[in-house]
Amino acid sequence: MSNASEMSFSDAEQMGLSFEEWQLILTRLGRTPNLCELGIFSAMWSEHCSYKSSKKWLKTLPTEGAQVIQGPGENAGVVDIGDGLAAVFKIESHNHPSFIEPYQGAATGVGGILRDVFTMGARPIALLNALRFGDIAHEKTPHLLSGVVAGIGGYGNCIGIPTVGGEVNFHSSYNGNILVNAMAVGLAHSDRIFYSAATGAGNPVIYVGAKTGRDGIHGATMASAEFSDETESKRPTVQVGDPFTGKLLMEACLELMAADAVLSIQDMGAAGLTSSSVEMASKGGLGMEIDLDLVPVREEAMSAYEIMLSESQERMLMVIKPEQAETARAIFEKWDLDFMPIGKVTDTQRLVLLKDAQIACDIPLAPLVDDAPEYDRPYRPEELQPVLSTAQLEKDIPLDEVLEKMLSSADLSSRRWIYEQYDSDVMADTISGPGGNAAMVRIHNTDKGLAVCTDCTPRYVEADPFEGGKQAVCEAYRNISATGAKPLAVTNNLNFGNPEKQDIMAQIVGAVTGMGKACKALDTPVVSGNVSLYNETDGMAIQPCPVIGMIGIIDDWRTTIGAGLQQAGQALYVVGQSDKTNDGWLGCSVYAREIARREGGAPPSVDLEAEAKNGQLVREAIAKGIASSVQDISDGGLLIAMAEMVMAGQCGAKITPPDSGSLHGWAFGEDQARYILAVRDAGEFAALCAGHQIEAVRIGETISKTELTVGDLPPISKEVMVAWHTSPIPALMG
Amino acid sequence: MRSAILIFPGSNCDRDMMVAVERITGRRPALVWHKESQLDPVDIVIIPGGFSFGDYLRCGALAARAPAMEAVIDHASRGGAVLGVCNGFQILLETGLLPGTLVRNSGLKFVCRETRLAVQETIETPLLSDLATGTELVIPVAHNEGNYFADAALLDSLEQGGQVALRYVENDPARAANPNGSARDIAGILSANGRVMGMMPHPERAMGNGHASEDGRKFLTSVLEGVAR
Repeated sequence: MSNASEMSFSDAEQMGLSFEEWQLILTRLGRTPNLCELGIFSAMWSEHCSYKSSKKWLKTLPTEGAQVIQGPGENAGVVDIGDGLAAVFKIESHNHPSFIEPYQGAATGVGGILRDVFTMGARPIALLNALRFGDIAHEKTPHLLSGVVAGIGGYGNCIGIPTVGGEVNFHSSYNGNILVNAMAVGLAHSDRIFYSAATGAGNPVIYVGAKTGRDGIHGATMASAEFSDETESKRPTVQVGDPFTGKLLMEACLELMAADAVLSIQDMGAAGLTSSSVEMASKGGLGMEIDLDLVPVREEAMSAYEIMLSESQERMLMVIKPEQAETARAIFEKWDLDFMPIGKVTDTQRLVLLKDAQIACDIPLAPLVDDAPEYDRPYRPEELQPVLSTAQLEKDIPLDEVLEKMLSSADLSSRRWIYEQYDSDVMADTISGPGGNAAMVRIHNTDKGLAVCTDCTPRYVEADPFEGGKQAVCEAYRNISATGAKPLAVTNNLNFGNPEKQDIMAQIVGAVTGMGKACKALDTPVVSGNVSLYNETDGMAIQPCPVIGMIGIIDDWRTTIGAGLQQAGQALYVVGQSDKTNDGWLGCSVYAREIARREGGAPPSVDLEAEAKNGQLVREAIAKGIASSVQDISDGGLLIAMAEMVMAGQCGAKITPPDSGSLHGWAFGEDQARYILAVRDAGEFAALCAGHQIEAVRIGETISKTELTVGDLPPISKEVMVAWHTSPIPALMG
Repeated sequence: MRSAILIFPGSNCDRDMMVAVERITGRRPALVWHKESQLDPVDIVIIPGGFSFGDYLRCGALAARAPAMEAVIDHASRGGAVLGVCNGFQILLETGLLPGTLVRNSGLKFVCRETRLAVQETIETPLLSDLATGTELVIPVAHNEGNYFADAALLDSLEQGGQVALRYVENDPARAANPNGSARDIAGILSANGRVMGMMPHPERAMGNGHASEDGRKFLTSVLEGVAR
């Protein structure tokens, strides 16, 4: 198809546009677009780039706070961490490509999010991820798991940024649509942040990095469509990553920024040269003119359409100070990267593209961005699930058998097989890596530490989107607090099904509303994020998964503590629970699913005030040196958290269940806002709790033998628990 | 104590090694870009870990042909000390400064975990001078190709000649000591003159002060003080 061909609605439809959107393009342009122009419209108006279904609700999220330097709308969010430094971070999905080609899909997901962070002038210091795979017994799961993990490691290990944390769940709803979300955190000087808005008509527009090929053409549109059996034939639309070039590009860009030559910069991520040029020009209220014949290409005879829609990796677009052009060129030559002036900033508010000395595209920028469709999609919440009582769920199975089944279940078993494939130590500032609560990285050459984590409990969100949205934020908040760090801000990745279906739209509305409420209550504003919709295969939607990535700060990393029990003879307390508690919330729990074989039911409710108060107490107990180990209670409940503290520690625990009530409810209930603490001085801790008017119940003490004893039941040794915990994934993967 | 650290495109442990050396010696190492063909006189050249040239072709193969490596070969030929860590070890093998090769881990996966090493009885070497034979060190590894491979004759001759410097020994009874299938559990070797050493574990990541182990500091201190004498 030549660029001059007359486009029709059927062409637009193939690019994922609706009839109304096609009509809107005709109206805005006053003529029929050519192929290149239509491709640009369809990419910019794709769900992936325009957030057209979610924007209305995203606007309700709290995005401001004293700590916020830059909220949503830039390449990444920026948060003040004191002493003239800023944390720059964002999470992004690469779900569809990773299902089609797991290694490259995951690798380029990591590469893309790293570019978002160093584009802002920040040196990346940590990577995290949130992964969802299908049923662990599904035939495709081992292939997808091994490919995604190798891809994440392949990129992060090579570029030399530690992968310090993440989370992985398995559920049949992801059998045909896995989730791969990657988060990057970087460090910048708070007065040296770089933005994307183009400045100064006449200034040169420079293309740097790798050459443009035919890979990933129209990937953003693919990522905005449902899956079908034929999707796997779309493998050529998956981009191919090159972490080595990514490393060179990162070093060159950071060197160039230090040389004070960059005016504005934008990475070429989704929709490649299209979104980068359109966003830079429109944010600056200016225009841009690009000669596509000057774009470095690695394949012959690429059309204007292909060049504009290619998602080849490791490329950047920037506007530089004209007088610094030679300095800039020398830096890129040092790193053996392409450096090519391809156009200039204009004041026309139009995007003009030349190809073969002819105008290949000449369109106004406003409709592409400002007039992009925004939908108020109808939604109809499903009826809330009934509350399931302990009596409906509890099974008459010995406690140690339940513990074995739980610890070796797909969702609770050790992720060591996964995270040992990630270099979690490079940069030599990792204080605590994967496998614990939040990870912590030291701010290089300072006393400060940054705690980072990702969290979401999809089964809660499915059962009750509003409570589930709140819970994702609170679980992250607990994970950060359990390290002693103060939670600062979040990035979110909203993974849902088709928003044109009313029940799915209701999930989005509920989850975003709940998330917003929790972020406001906990003073952790949302500073960046990503939306991934149409996560469906042949009409079957995923369990909704609004992932929270959170960061927190601790003034002295030496004061942080882990979950592992350190010393015998210390009192063990559960914060957020009273001594009268003799049952727990089993509905929608891991116990309900794994032991009672029942999914659904109302999830535990989330008390935001209790979360804030209890988190504050735990941070104080750590800062004052009262607590020596902390674990938050989440999936699997109290006994799983206790087992994790023994498995990670140097000593054991003896705990006593209540005299009456439900043993399984008490052990495996998933009531929120709770932590287990091992404390050095019980009196001091009791006084601290009393001062905060917070309930905490003493459940036992640490013992020198490395085993877990519950009441009068026979002790279970650490070795046995570790074997239960670590064997399932290696056994699956062979 | 003068040291130099080489930097190739794709090196990613250069800063970590620089920080470690500076903390031990109080003196910042010279950083040498791969295109430089001259090396100022130093007591030791350290080739850090990473993915030089993206590990393309073979790990270390392209870096081994860089101008800076010619200067390192020259330095070594005059009896100069060299330490290669991880990718640096791979590069030393590719230049022929050390014998044998490193192939893909036997598990066919990247591996990042703590290992325990035992210092072996070796020929005279300044690099291990303060570490008694049998000293155990907990130092992490992180690599894809750390599986040392050589034919039986070469392995025998390395053992008999006292060129095996470090071996993996049991750290966690529930796991294999050797993380990568390395022949005869070899983690590090010496050149025949005892002045060039290559090792897979990363001592710069075991410096105490927030790291899980301090044994890397102990190891590097021995190396740096040994070559300065």
